[in-house]
Amino acid sequence: MQTVDWVQWLAFGILTLLTIGSALAVVIDRNIFHSALWLLVSLFGVAGLFVMLSAPFLAAVQVLVYMGAIVILIIFAIMLTRRLMGLTEALNTQWWVGGITAIVTFLVIAFVLFQAGQGANPILVREPIAALNGRGVEELGKALVDPAQYALPFELASVLLTAALIGSIVIAREDQ
Amino acid sequence: MIEALVNLGWNPHIATFVALLLGVVACASFGLIWFTVIGLWLVRKVAARVQDRMGPNRVGPFGLFQVFADLGKMITKEDITPQGADKPIFNIAPLLAIAAVVLIWAVMPFAKTLIGADLSVGALYFISVASLGTLGVLLAGWSSNNKYALIGALRAVAALVSYEVPMVISILVPVLLAGTMSMNGIVEAQHIFYIFAVPLSAFVFFTSNLGETGRAPFDVIEAESELVAGYNIEYTGIKFGMFQAAEFVHSFTSCALMAVLFVGGWRGPGAELPGLAGALFGFIYFFSKSMVIYMLLLWIGNTVPRLRIDQMMAFNWKFLVPLQLVNLLAVAFVAKILQPNYEAVRATAESGSTLGNIYRVFGPEFIADLPRAIALLIVNVIILGGVGLMIRNSIRKERASVEANRAARPPYLGRRTPVEQPAVGD
Repeated sequence: MQTVDWVQWLAFGILTLLTIGSALAVVIDRNIFHSALWLLVSLFGVAGLFVMLSAPFLAAVQVLVYMGAIVILIIFAIMLTRRLMGLTEALNTQWWVGGITAIVTFLVIAFVLFQAGQGANPILVREPIAALNGRGVEELGKALVDPAQYALPFELASVLLTAALIGSIVIAREDQ
Repeated sequence: MIEALVNLGWNPHIATFVALLLGVVACASFGLIWFTVIGLWLVRKVAARVQDRMGPNRVGPFGLFQVFADLGKMITKEDITPQGADKPIFNIAPLLAIAAVVLIWAVMPFAKTLIGADLSVGALYFISVASLGTLGVLLAGWSSNNKYALIGALRAVAALVSYEVPMVISILVPVLLAGTMSMNGIVEAQHIFYIFAVPLSAFVFFTSNLGETGRAPFDVIEAESELVAGYNIEYTGIKFGMFQAAEFVHSFTSCALMAVLFVGGWRGPGAELPGLAGALFGFIYFFSKSMVIYMLLLWIGNTVPRLRIDQMMAFNWKFLVPLQLVNLLAVAFVAKILQPNYEAVRATAESGSTLGNIYRVFGPEFIADLPRAIALLIVNVIILGGVGLMIRNSIRKERASVEANRAARPPYLGRRTPVEQPAVGD
C-alpha cells in the first residue's frame, strides 16, 4: 500500500481542488453567508486530506471543531449582526495586501517542506505515519501529556481557553 | 469481497473503496428504511395508546402500511420554494439534515461482524457527524427568508449546541472504560454492561440525547403551541418529509447508540458464535435493546410536559454539565486505580482450582471487571447522594422565593407575574 498510484493521486486532486476552489470562493463571494458556507466546504476538503494522510483522528476533530462548531459560530455571528446580511459589495479594498501575504506564506511553507523532503533539517523529518500502525491516536494522546513533548503548549492552550471563557462571562454578565 | 474484486482485475484501492462504500451504504440505508417503516408506525401507535386513542388502523393489518400512504402523499405534494429564499441553500439543508443522521449508521455495530466501517475513531466520528445536523437546521431556518423559521432555527441550534456538551462528556466515559474509540471495541469491552457500572453517565447521555434530538420534554424546537412550527416551516413535500425523517431516525439512532455505548450493543448469549448464527443473534440483541430504550423515550415523550427554553438551558448548563464533569473525573480516577487484570484472572480460571471453576462459570473477563464496576457503582451512588442534596436545597430556595414573592405582592394583583423570558434573536 506504500506505492502512490493513480487512485491516490485522483483522490488527492479532487480534495485539493475542493479545498482551494472553495477557499477562493470564500474570499470572492459577495454574500457573506455564502462565504461562511464555502469555508465549510474548504474545511471539509482539509478533513479529507487528513484522512489521506492516515490521520483519521485529526479528520474527525477537523469536522467536529471546525465544521461543527467554528463555522456555526461564524454563521451565528453573521445572523445576529443584521446589517451584515444585506451586504452585497466588497467594502475591503486591501485585497492585494492579502494576496501578497498569501503568496509569501505559501512560498515560506513550500520552502520549508521542500527542505524537509531533502532531509536538510532533521527536526522536521519525523518517522512515517504508516509506521505507527494505526496507533496514531494513542501516540497523539501520549505526546500531548508528555512533558518532553507537548504538555506545556497543551496546558497553555487550556489556560488560554479558560481565560477566554471567564472573560466572555464577565463581558456578557449584567452589572449588578 | 475486496479479494473477489481484485481478482476481477480491479485496482486494489478502488476495490477497497467500493467494498467499504457498499457496506456503509447498506448499513446506513438499513437504519433509515427500518425506522421509517416500523418505527413511525410504532411512534404513532404508542402515542395513541398513551392518549387513549386507536392510532393508525385503516391501511393494512394494524395500520402497518399507513407509512407508505403518508410517503405517497409527501412525494406527490407540490414542492414550493418561497420567494426570496436562498435557493441552493434551501435545497441543501434537508439533505444535510438527513445525511448527518444516516451517516451515523455507518459505524453502528449491528453484530460482531456486521458493521459498516469499524473506524478506530468511531465515537468521535459519531460526534462530528451529528454536529453537522445542527448546520442543516441553521441553514434551513436562514435560507427560508422567514422570521419564524429563523427564530425557530436559532432556538433549535442554541438547544442542540448546548446539549452536545454533556452528551460528548458522557460518551467519554465508555471510551475511557473501554480504552478505545472504536464502536465494536467499546461493545467488546463491556463484559459488564456500563449501565450497571456508570448509571449516572448513562442517564446524562440519555437525557442530553433527548435534548439533542428535540424530543419531549425538550421539544421547544417544534413547540406547536408556542412557535409557528420551527425551522422547517417553509418546507413542503419531500423536503419537509426529509426533515421529519431525519428527526425520527435521529431519535432512534440515539437509542441505538445508547444500546451500543452503555447496554452492550450486540452482546448476549450466542452472539460470539462464528458466521451467520452469531450475526443473527447479535442483530436481535442489538435491536431489542435499542427498541426497549426507544420505548422508554416514547413513554417519556408522551407523558412529561414541555420545558421552557430558559428552563431547558438552565437544566443543561447548571445541572447536566457540572454533574457529568464531576462524573468523568470520578470515573477517570477509579478506572486508573482499578485497572482490570485480565491475564491473572484468566490464569486462575485455567488452573482448575475451586476458585478457577467459579471464575469459569461467570467468565474470567466478567470477574476481572467486577471490582472496577463495583467501585464505579459506589462512586456513582455517592455522587447521586450529593446531587440529591443539591437538588433539595435548590428546591427549598425556590419555594422560599416563591413564598416571599407571594407575601410581597399586593392583594389586588391576581396572578403572579410571569417569569420574564430571555429574548431570542436581537
